[in-house]
Amino acid sequence: MTPTRAAGMSSLVAAGIVLGACAQSGRDAPVVARGDAERGRAALIALECGACHRIPGIPGARGTVGPLLDGYREQVYVAGRIPNEPDALVAWIRNAPSLDPGTAMPDLDVSEAEARDIAAYLYR
Amino acid sequence: MNGTPVQSTLDPAPGSAAWPIGELGLVLYAGAAVILAVVCVLAISGVVAGPRRVGARRWLLTGGLVLPGLLLVALFLHALGIGHALVAHEGADALRIHVTGKQWWWEVRYEAGDDAGVLLANELHIPLGRPVEILLDSSDVIHSFWVPSLAGKVDMIPGRTTRLVVQADRPGTWRGQCAEYCGAQHALMAFHVVAEPVADFDAWLAHQARDAASSVDPGSRLGRDLFFRSGCADCHAIRGTAADGRLGPGLTHVGSRQSLGAGVLGNHVGTMAGWIAGTQELKPGSLMPSSTSLSGPELRALAAWLQGLE
Repeated sequence: MTPTRAAGMSSLVAAGIVLGACAQSGRDAPVVARGDAERGRAALIALECGACHRIPGIPGARGTVGPLLDGYREQVYVAGRIPNEPDALVAWIRNAPSLDPGTAMPDLDVSEAEARDIAAYLYR
Repeated sequence: MNGTPVQSTLDPAPGSAAWPIGELGLVLYAGAAVILAVVCVLAISGVVAGPRRVGARRWLLTGGLVLPGLLLVALFLHALGIGHALVAHEGADALRIHVTGKQWWWEVRYEAGDDAGVLLANELHIPLGRPVEILLDSSDVIHSFWVPSLAGKVDMIPGRTTRLVVQADRPGTWRGQCAEYCGAQHALMAFHVVAEPVADFDAWLAHQARDAASSVDPGSRLGRDLFFRSGCADCHAIRGTAADGRLGPGLTHVGSRQSLGAGVLGNHVGTMAGWIAGTQELKPGSLMPSSTSLSGPELRALAAWLQGLE
């Protein structure tokens, strides 16, 4: 094998790795400890989060004040600011202004358990 | 909606006029079932027994005239009695509430406090065990005031005042609904009726008659300032402030209400913010524009201040 061909092969292999990585860009669903998606669905309905958000699977949730909450497991940042990890999302749902004073989302006085359930639903 | 209160003619409140209406419904269903069964038996027996001669004149007279005549007259008189009970109870002691239908909300006024009375919106409180006279009118088109679990429906006609008497003997919260198509958001024109013990009711009315005072930290004037700076006061009145608009619902104690937007949403700081910024999305065609130029912290401050008006 000539040095040129070897270089060509290795760059092909590298390209293959990169492409493979791209094909897997959909992350595994983050797991929210003690979160229950079904209860989360009930909480989203009871709290009327749909007043501001469009949320798939929640009746009447067609608000356009806040962002669409579809495919949240793919989302890289929460509210465009905080890396989207379960604990960060739970903290955001509980008290958004404490994480970003510029947000329009009020502190909704959501309990820790409720926020975990909601996060589990959004990641489902 | 969270904990949607009952709105059903099949679940009448004890002691209310909806109870005899519900009974009348049951009588109709049962009677219709009996008549249907008799007709079925006659039809089947006619086929099984084969052709035979019957006294046509007698059958026609009894089955076609006498029986329906008696039944319909009896039902008519019974229904008249129920209808009379809905508007009776004329008496000086009756509590009076004025409700004006508007596209698409309800202005509610109690004869209490000063001459102007106590103004609120989309919510009535009534004391238990006492007839309450509700005087109904409309400022635009025909609406109809209906709390299925408490009473029959009564139309609200521009230029006329109609009456309805309600009474509840059990505490509870019921949902009411406009029952006459009145435009695009007819379906989102709801209200709540809260029946509570007399002492609670008196305390509630006395509180509603007081000036507004937000429980939000008085050091933070942002929400209040925004209310006036953003033009909210042009349409909404808040007793005890310079806000005296009458185009939209009064907001003096808006934080204590069951719903926002006449039953569109429950009432907490999140739905308040969503309603302010997304009115036209939530209730297209309503007179209130969406406030889309507030910054995030401004929206939160305004919503929190209004929520604090309990």
